[in-house]
Amino acid sequence: MPIQSHTIQNTTGFHARPARQFAEAASSFPCAIRVCKGAKCVNGKSILGMLTLGAKHLDVLVIEAEGEMAEEALDKLGRIVNQVFVE
Amino acid sequence: MNAATTLSLSGLPASPGIALGRAVILQPAPDNRSAGPAGTPKEEDARLTAALFQAALDLRILCNQTRERLGAAKAEIFDVHLSFLSDPELVGRARSLIAESGRSASAALAEASQAFVDIMEQSGDDTLVSRATDLRDVTHRLQLLLNGGSATVRQFDSDVIIIAQDLTPSDTAQLDLVHVRGFVTVAGSLNSHSAILARALRLPAIVGLADALAAIPADAPLILDGATGMLTLHPLPKQVAEARRRQAVQLAEEAELARFSKMPSRTADGHHLALAANIGRLEEVPPALAQGAEGIGLYRSEFSYLDRPALPTEDELFHLYRQALEQMTPHPVIIRTLDIGGDKELPGLNLPREENPFLGVRGLRLCLSQEELFRTQLRALLRASSHGHLKIMLPMVAVAAEVRLARRWLEEERIRVEAVGYPVARDIQLGIMIEIPAAALMADQMAREVDFFSIGTNDLAQYTMAADRMNGRLAHLQAAHHPAILQLIKLTVDAARRHGKWVGLCGEMGSDPRALPLLDGLELDEISLHAAAIVRTRAALSRMNHAANVRLAAHCLTLGSAEEVAAAVAAATLA
Repeated sequence: MPIQSHTIQNTTGFHARPARQFAEAASSFPCAIRVCKGAKCVNGKSILGMLTLGAKHLDVLVIEAEGEMAEEALDKLGRIVNQVFVE
Repeated sequence: MNAATTLSLSGLPASPGIALGRAVILQPAPDNRSAGPAGTPKEEDARLTAALFQAALDLRILCNQTRERLGAAKAEIFDVHLSFLSDPELVGRARSLIAESGRSASAALAEASQAFVDIMEQSGDDTLVSRATDLRDVTHRLQLLLNGGSATVRQFDSDVIIIAQDLTPSDTAQLDLVHVRGFVTVAGSLNSHSAILARALRLPAIVGLADALAAIPADAPLILDGATGMLTLHPLPKQVAEARRRQAVQLAEEAELARFSKMPSRTADGHHLALAANIGRLEEVPPALAQGAEGIGLYRSEFSYLDRPALPTEDELFHLYRQALEQMTPHPVIIRTLDIGGDKELPGLNLPREENPFLGVRGLRLCLSQEELFRTQLRALLRASSHGHLKIMLPMVAVAAEVRLARRWLEEERIRVEAVGYPVARDIQLGIMIEIPAAALMADQMAREVDFFSIGTNDLAQYTMAADRMNGRLAHLQAAHHPAILQLIKLTVDAARRHGKWVGLCGEMGSDPRALPLLDGLELDEISLHAAAIVRTRAALSRMNHAANVRLAAHCLTLGSAEEVAAAVAAATLA
């Protein structure tokens, strides 16, 4: 199962806007997406799940994708985590 | 007003302005969760689907209206609400409660939503707690639809002040702005969504007023002062008259000042003096732009180094600087390199304690002694330089050799950064702070080494007078308008002129209205001050005459004390 880990670059953490963009992008792929911060894991297609991870600047997120188009999904989602959002 | 007693209550000042009106108590509409028996799972599931669909339509309309009225940034919260409606965990959980436990759509939704609200509210993270308000807002909207109601906007026929436990973003965005003059909430912080929207709407507001619902009866006449957070219940006629008078004055002043946020900074006789903003964090860039800053005159870069477990990486600094530069484009951003001393802790560096840190290894001295730390910051600055108009400023410079060494490192890092393939701007100006008297006295030599000067009047005064800024017993020696300081400013400006360089000023003196005629008269090119003072300073400048200020400054340079300077400025301003 493809896995990637990323460090949050956005200085204000992974708040509403990045979480929404992430969940929307994840929902556009057929594969299942799981995102973990430490021992806590959530459905990557759920904005509420992503928000409740409470990921802060420089936290590490591990993204797992299983199923069709898993590699493409990881590629796209990794870019969103690395993106810096202008407030 | 019968025998009702006048009473004052105080809360957090969320949005400035004075409002008068009668109280309207906004009760949280009961969810009316249908207690009746649930239909078949299939029926309940269909009801949930219909409610989700209708809520999405309503939210799209609200989102568009908010975008037109307040701009895209303020409308974005409703995009978040929309994505809650399609959240697979929330909706999935509700659907499985209907299918497996035979719940009504309403009960299933309440349970699924509450699980997330609990996690968010117990997180201890302020941002997440305010997202819980958003989720409640969306859930409430769905419950109204499921139970046959609709979220309607309340209309009023006279001026009112809304009193509520809390206002959700939908409540705030749907206020009847013709008659709602302000609002008071029991909950909320200065950064809660309703407070931010109130400021954007220019609606006076108080939040965090604990007694609001208990103490204020419906229809009670109120005066709300959003600048102080004071609410007056059953005001006396003379208080009403006074509030109306202040309201009129404020409206007139606001209208007058607002003009200046978009105008050039000029004296009445047409002399331009640029007004830029001092900032310490990226979040301060948008307010600086809103106040009409002509640039960032001082970006204190210390903040990204302090109170954290590890030093910032080059990438991290690069992202930060790049965002600031992009947001300010085309205006310049002067980033001051790390300016701290032995009185601060830097993670992992174990800086030695010093007997006298303000005369110790601080500012550029510290950077030159921590080569890798400084080179990392220089690389981040160079990489960011192609994303806007960057100028670099070195703090705490005493002698020219320090500047030459810093410039050599900067050029070496430029070669390294370009070799890796990052574009670097060709024309990055390098300047220094003038805050050590030696640098001012040697300004002629310094001007050969740099592209600009920025006078830091707080430290310049402290070092010139040998009077600790923090020592209250020496307050009489800390006046930046003392002729000794004015002489040093004059020396600096004259030297810069001879070499075709420009001079700014970035101390507290820059926002002191009494100092403005002197600073303009000393022929500075730019003043950098806190953003909130820009519009007021620009308005004051527009009423001044540059030629008269030049004469006033020349006169003040000949005086013998700070008191005489203050008297001369006061006399000239009144004349």
